Amino acid sequence: MSATNAYDAIIVGGGHNGLINAAYLARAGLRTVVLERRHLVGGAAVTEEIFPGFKYSVASYVVSLLRPEIIRDLRLARHGLEILPLESTVTPLPNGDYLGRWADHDQTRRDLYRHSPKDAEAYDDFATLMYRLAWAVKPLLGIVPPDPLSPGLRDLKTLLMLGRHARSLDEQQFHALFKLGTMSAADYLDEWFESDPLKATMSASGIIGTFLGPRSPGTAYVLLHHYMGEIDGVFRAWGFARGGNGMVSESIASSARSHGAEIRTGATVERVLTTNGRATGVVLEDGEELTAKTVVSGVDPKRTFLGLLDPEELPEDLVEAIRRFRIRGSSGKVNLSLSEAPEFSCLPGGGPHLRGAFSISPSMDYLERAYDDAKYGGFSRRPYMDIVIPSMIDPGMAPPGRHVMSIFVQYAAFDLKSGWDDAKREAFGDAVVDTLSEYVPNLKGAILHRQVLTPLDMQEQLGLTEGNIFHGELTPQQLFFFRPSPAWADYRTPVRGFYQCGSGTHPGGGVCGASGRLAALEILRDLRRRPRGRP
Amino acid sequence: MPAPSVVRGTPFHERTGPLCQAGNWRRWAGHLSASSYEPTHEHEYQAIRSACTLIDVSPLHKYRLSGPGAAALANRVVTRDVDRQDIGQVYYTPWCDAAGKVRDDGTLHRLGASDFRLTSAEPTLKWLHENARGLDVEIEEETEQVAALALQGPRSRDLLQRITDGDVAGLPYFRVMSARIAGIAAEISRTGYTGDLGYEIWVGAADAIPLWDALNAAGAPFGLAPAGMLALDMARLEAGLLLVDVDFIPAHRAVIEDRKSSPYELGLGWTVSLEASNFVGRAALRAERARPPAWRFRGIVLDWDSLEAAYATVGLPPQFPGTTLRDSVPLYAGGRQVGYATSRGWSPTLKTYLGLAHLEAESAVVGTELEIEVTVEHRRRRARATVAKTPFFDPARKRATP
Repeated sequence: MSATNAYDAIIVGGGHNGLINAAYLARAGLRTVVLERRHLVGGAAVTEEIFPGFKYSVASYVVSLLRPEIIRDLRLARHGLEILPLESTVTPLPNGDYLGRWADHDQTRRDLYRHSPKDAEAYDDFATLMYRLAWAVKPLLGIVPPDPLSPGLRDLKTLLMLGRHARSLDEQQFHALFKLGTMSAADYLDEWFESDPLKATMSASGIIGTFLGPRSPGTAYVLLHHYMGEIDGVFRAWGFARGGNGMVSESIASSARSHGAEIRTGATVERVLTTNGRATGVVLEDGEELTAKTVVSGVDPKRTFLGLLDPEELPEDLVEAIRRFRIRGSSGKVNLSLSEAPEFSCLPGGGPHLRGAFSISPSMDYLERAYDDAKYGGFSRRPYMDIVIPSMIDPGMAPPGRHVMSIFVQYAAFDLKSGWDDAKREAFGDAVVDTLSEYVPNLKGAILHRQVLTPLDMQEQLGLTEGNIFHGELTPQQLFFFRPSPAWADYRTPVRGFYQCGSGTHPGGGVCGASGRLAALEILRDLRRRPRGRP
Repeated sequence: MPAPSVVRGTPFHERTGPLCQAGNWRRWAGHLSASSYEPTHEHEYQAIRSACTLIDVSPLHKYRLSGPGAAALANRVVTRDVDRQDIGQVYYTPWCDAAGKVRDDGTLHRLGASDFRLTSAEPTLKWLHENARGLDVEIEEETEQVAALALQGPRSRDLLQRITDGDVAGLPYFRVMSARIAGIAAEISRTGYTGDLGYEIWVGAADAIPLWDALNAAGAPFGLAPAGMLALDMARLEAGLLLVDVDFIPAHRAVIEDRKSSPYELGLGWTVSLEASNFVGRAALRAERARPPAWRFRGIVLDWDSLEAAYATVGLPPQFPGTTLRDSVPLYAGGRQVGYATSRGWSPTLKTYLGLAHLEAESAVVGTELEIEVTVEHRRRRARATVAKTPFFDPARKRATP
């Protein structure tokens, strides 16, 4: 083994969290290497030109709450990250009408008023409450989850801080927080609104990435997550990355390299090497060994604990907890290359609405039925879809006059009853295109190329176990000090020197990056290194 | 005869008027100018940085200098050395009064050996005539006769190349060429006020509408959108470009001496060619050059953590302006006021709170730690800020010629 294979830190997996982790470690002066299985970094946040001239944000397609401190610390803007606003969400309706929510308050209000004057007013009240709650809950995103059952000194401090924080909530806020933590999105929204398309569209944020329907308890909480972005409004933590979501990964990789990190693609880690319960390095698929006293896994908890390690090395209860960790894939992705701009029959012609998102969520029943199809081992015949047309916001994504369309689709079972194969994948793609064509009459004739990803494809191509986009569902029993498992929610593992930094750790979910950063800060703490070594 | 209207539309108004959904107009030199077209200006800003935009800059004052004495007049007025200006070259330049204080800034386009176009923010006809004494030069005001449209953004080159017979792609930064755009005779300059790749197109007022239509007919594939002054103001702050009446007061409008600035005090020393022929203010500037100026014009970057801390004292997340602020706020060093910031705003592209500031020379070294006054919930507080170089945002595409 050559001396060049000796590092201070090895990061397994070059997804955005792994890259962020590497950037922070390298910035603190550690000799750091990222090992990525594929030929490009980014994990699920990649831009690929599968059809010549057309760029797809293959899987992840928006930037969701990317932490402002990461953008600042890693100087991502200077490394090429530009986040463009997704200004509107339009829900086309089967009767030819639509419901739109826009960047402009008056415009939104007027649109909601058309559907329900009461909802137009309630919407503002709801937004105010959610903003205040999000502001109250937001500190959780920036802290290492404490262990409430066997707390150390720092855990106690954190718990005390949380206790004080909870006391600062007024009655209305406290009640709302409790309801959000326990209720279904549908039930909670019923308390506020009467317009079905509004409730359905709002509830969609609660079901994304989970194998639950809007009427399943536990789906209300994620409604709140949406408003976290409002607090960072000026940061545009929510939006569309110029050049596609691969640019998020590329900018982080560029920042990591500028701090001295090495990034190796085409390097598949076979397993983590340990001696006496301590990590010593990794071995690659081709037998090459790399050594480091710190090894960090950016892959999901199942792969981290059950794949990279021998379960023999771990406590039985942790192995069991990870086996039970809910990571069911529920979503698919369809990317289209289009010869012309799509035309929505509810808003014919061009216009600013094409720069926003479209939500195929006309009613709560529609979403629940879409779930029903998948619940029994199928895919939705008429799915929920979240659609953006990146080339409308960033013309560089497609040749002039042509377009790319990104369609996030839910639901599709990972373990399809009859098993996924090429024919099933295409049938799933057909269901998507057929459903969308009801709202976009010129769609079928404009398709030049179609890419369909099933949950199985996401596992096989992107390494997401069971195709779960969040490395584990974002439901209350899998959040905070439960993520991924009680007692091991602080990014450490029972193997000393082996850490987790993926989306399966707190706070997880979306292209947020907090897991990668918080894990890096914990590692540096253990190493007694200051976070900022070299400038 | 009815009284003339106080403000009027530009030659593009027939098109821009109906486009202005926001109903958000402002005045610019007696003309209606859209603050934003869409209800909010955010997309217009983003289009400047990621697609391309049309910005109606017709209210600029424009003068044509021609005849044997044209170069001599230009040389007398502007601080740059016109003898070294190539035909087809554009100078950004200030011009000064006899005391070396800046009256205005603009661009000087050398369209021929003895043919210039000067653009300015302030009316400048009288000043040109005063300085033309003894010269055989014709000075023609063409403010109303020439319509001007800025096409700015990374996709502007690709769009323009499609509809022009000239080699726009080969036009270098700060050069101007004549070409036909969809058959319309135009001057195209590689200039702008955004700090991005972009062009300014100059046509006869009668050709304004056909030009607008031709650009818009071809623009959709390039994400073309009209942009108003709010978006432009954000872009020019990132580019570190001065705005008259905000970042400096024209010397001839200054009521008190303190309001005047020399080019050196505005960071425009690079435009002053003391070796050039005897331009107005040269003697004063030469004297000033001998001793360092008391004031400097610099960028400042506000520190996030200290802003966050200031807002945390009242239980709020930090608040940032969505538009460029143009009120002056004090800057401190070591507890003493050492300057003031004249433009401030959030840069969506850089994710940074930026400002342009006048600073006493000893506090103007890049990297100097300052404090800036911020008003948090009606109370004055101070946040940290650091002196920075401008331009803050300077993409390679701005100057690059493929």
